[in-house]
Amino acid sequence: MNLEKMYQEIILDHYKHPQQKKLAPLDSGAVEVHHVNPTCGDEVTLRARVVDGVVVSVTWDGLGCSISQASTSVMAGLAQGASLHHSLALAAQFLSLMQSKGVTTEADEVLEDGLAFAGVALYPARVKCALLGWMALKDAISREPGELNE
Amino acid sequence: MPEPKLNAELLKKDFPLLERTVRGGKQLVYLDSGATSQKPRVVLDAERDFYENHNAAAHRGAHQLAEEATEAFENARAVVAQFIGAHSREVVFTKSATESINLVAYSLSSADSPIQWSPGDEVLLTEMEHHANLIPWQEMAKRTGAILRFIPVTDEGLLDLTNINTLIGERTRILSFTHASNVLGTTNPVRLLADLAHSVGAVVVLDACQSVPHEAIDVVALGVDLMTFSGHKMLGPTGVGVLWGRFDLLESMPPFLTGGSMIEVVTLESATYSLPPKRFEAGVPNMAQAVGLAAAVKYLTSVGMDAVAQHEVDLVTKAISGLEALPGVRILGPAGPRGGAVSFLVDGIHPHDVGQVLDDDGVAVRVGHHCAWPLMRRFGVAATTRATFYLYNTEDDVRALIAGVERAQRFFGSAS
Ligand SMILES: Cc1ncc(COP(=O)(O)O)c(C=O)c1O
Repeated sequence: MNLEKMYQEIILDHYKHPQQKKLAPLDSGAVEVHHVNPTCGDEVTLRARVVDGVVVSVTWDGLGCSISQASTSVMAGLAQGASLHHSLALAAQFLSLMQSKGVTTEADEVLEDGLAFAGVALYPARVKCALLGWMALKDAISREPGELNE
Repeated sequence: MPEPKLNAELLKKDFPLLERTVRGGKQLVYLDSGATSQKPRVVLDAERDFYENHNAAAHRGAHQLAEEATEAFENARAVVAQFIGAHSREVVFTKSATESINLVAYSLSSADSPIQWSPGDEVLLTEMEHHANLIPWQEMAKRTGAILRFIPVTDEGLLDLTNINTLIGERTRILSFTHASNVLGTTNPVRLLADLAHSVGAVVVLDACQSVPHEAIDVVALGVDLMTFSGHKMLGPTGVGVLWGRFDLLESMPPFLTGGSMIEVVTLESATYSLPPKRFEAGVPNMAQAVGLAAAVKYLTSVGMDAVAQHEVDLVTKAISGLEALPGVRILGPAGPRGGAVSFLVDGIHPHDVGQVLDDDGVAVRVGHHCAWPLMRRFGVAATTRATFYLYNTEDDVRALIAGVERAQRFFGSAS
């Protein structure tokens, strides 16, 4: 019962068929970041390219649980093509969903497939799994191209 | 005379927490004792009794309560010492095994250390150490210029002793390793390694966190110089650990934490220090926790450590054969003889997800890197699912584990 609440079909779908999980070539306009969850070892490498205030490309590779992988897939789909401003707003909205203890609001609707993660917010230990890709996105699009990770 | 088999069903009743339910009414099945054990009522009562009836600062003051607190604390030391075949004056109470290892690494690298360090001197560890027996040595290496070397681990999960005679050499000053792996369940050949290290004059430190709680230990027979373990993994309270050391070695070691209670004479400029163990117990000690640990030791002794060990062998054997019978499940670590940690991988399902399904059934296991990240890397995995067993676990608990893993396979559609 609880289990189905957490692992919604949408999450399992993204886990089995992740979006944009293939790193684009790291040319001069792109930023690469590498984020690790130190409590479980899950990791994501993310490349983003921002042109004229628009996130034109988000690609990634990673190792981790269904929640971290599915969440990164959803994030990549939402952020690619969105304005820098909107991408940061989405990341903030997702963070607020993760702090919601599972209670969604109308504002969460912008997260589309990301809404399926509401159930994860009931499991404090898994929240950081869901946030891994989003934190990498925020980091990547806040940097200048060529700026080094770490 | 062989000890009678223990009755886990009966013992379980001594542990109030094990009666509770989790996740909406599921009976708790606790398989994470390797991280920390649950506490029997006698331990909780002993701590409460200390606070209700004898609490005062041990080793200070001359009133009756101070005398009683001192006596309770020193009795606890004697009980723990006897449990491992040691002398009371060789038993130092610390906060934890982690603190004990930091104490040793710091003391043996400070200016007054009995070991005089030269560049190129070596500290030998193994690839299977818990971070608690790795990072203190990394920090020590920064201070002393010592080189860290590592005994490798075979694919089977045993220490690879092929090149041990070059790993242990003239330059080896310290050998520090775990008795039993908290990930692989491997039990290491302590005496053999200790004797080799002693032949080159090295100091031998043993991390006994995963052995002292689970089997009868005679520290003299092990042949090491220093040994550490944590109270909370052996039915005792948190906040108390033990450092055992050969007295002459402890006597030659400078203190780690300094302050009250560990001094002889103090002036504004300098101080002289007490003999061990007090030299290493600065401040008002963790009296109630030490008393609680002594109660845990008495409880374990009354059950019988050989019976505890045999019970765990039975459970581990059943767990391994049950898990191995599932397609796509692989156990990490040696077939046997082995300790009680059973780490495994399930094809196509991340350990976090396996753990989540088990948790949904009320089965508590550990998932992740188990504070042994380099060992995970050695096996090319980011994480494992780990079940650990103790005297209160039953065959039903093992069955719940296996049923939970099967459910995870069904849920994620990966059973072949
Ligand atoms: C092998 C080993 N060494 C050291 C430790 C550290 O013990 P503590 O966290 O109680 O200091 C542990 C506990 O996880 C352990 O399993």
